[in-house]
Amino acid sequence: MANVLVNAPKTAKKGDTVEIKALIMHPMETGFRPGTNGRIIPRNIVEDFSATWNGREIFRMKMSPAIAANPFVSFSAVASESGIIAFRWTGDEGFAAEHQVNITVT
Amino acid sequence: MTGLRLAAVLIAVFTASFALAQGDGRRSGYQDMSPALQKMQDDDTANPAMLFVQAGASAWTEKAAAGKSCADCHGDASISMKGVAARYPAVAPETGQPVDLEGRINLCRTTRQLADPLAAESDGLLALGAYVALQSRGQPIAPPDDPRLSSLRAEGADLYKRRQGQLNLSCANCHDDNAGRKLAGASIPQGHPTGYPIYRLEWQALGSLKRRLRNCVVGLRAEPWPYEAREYLALESWLMVRARGLAIDAPAVRP
Repeated sequence: MANVLVNAPKTAKKGDTVEIKALIMHPMETGFRPGTNGRIIPRNIVEDFSATWNGREIFRMKMSPAIAANPFVSFSAVASESGIIAFRWTGDEGFAAEHQVNITVT
Repeated sequence: MTGLRLAAVLIAVFTASFALAQGDGRRSGYQDMSPALQKMQDDDTANPAMLFVQAGASAWTEKAAAGKSCADCHGDASISMKGVAARYPAVAPETGQPVDLEGRINLCRTTRQLADPLAAESDGLLALGAYVALQSRGQPIAPPDDPRLSSLRAEGADLYKRRQGQLNLSCANCHDDNAGRKLAGASIPQGHPTGYPIYRLEWQALGSLKRRLRNCVVGLRAEPWPYEAREYLALESWLMVRARGLAIDAPAVRP
């Protein structure tokens, strides 16, 4: 399981905009660099990142080889109901990571 | 009378510590970074080095060959490792030789855990180093008062002032004489090792002080020493003396 750091508020008022930040450890190898043996190192990036709030998708992004290693994503969402915010990263070489946090909306 | 004397002593102590901490013009690289990067470093969920700290924390409790983990001897790192990164390089009691923090970790691995040493700049060594260094955050750099280190420090001070490479520059030419000015687009820091291991954005990875020193040596167009060379240990020892009293801000983010 990859190392993940997520920063989301534990509580929020209904209707408030909350900021959610997610950081994941990943080399984001571009597929353009030659290795020490002169051969191209195969591309190994996170292709897709998505976040759901109680199963409903609130954010999705496609990542490209130009994104630096250990991609950090920050986005905002409107607090609608208490529940679980789940994050999912998928990428090359069968990479998949998941993480979830609880949020209480009052 | 006693009250007055106490006040005088307090004022003297305060002035001395103030001079030591900031009154003498020494600046950590942190102070020379942009506010955006400072914010990135200060937020433990935005600082990418914290990913390695996470890995280091799990390695801390992982049992090695001899069935022992770091935690089995050292217990809770937040107590036992507090201030440790602020006082290395130091003399290892087992060998009587000076080691840096990474050398100390590998010495523990080989003598206590009966495991293979971790390779220089490997993720495993950097992660443990970052986890240990984190426990010294905010602690002033306090190189040990040990006469066995003085020859190494003198060597380091000499290396620091020695011109080398095709550009024929010494460390001091940039980091003493021109600190605060620009080298091309980048600002030249004073070169205090407060935040190692650092997550350097240019590297997109965590790296040790040795890697940073190699970077400078290559920049001088000199041939870098191999990772196990005594020169690094000497320079590290001198840099820690030079930075005495500055606060540790590891694991730091640098541009």
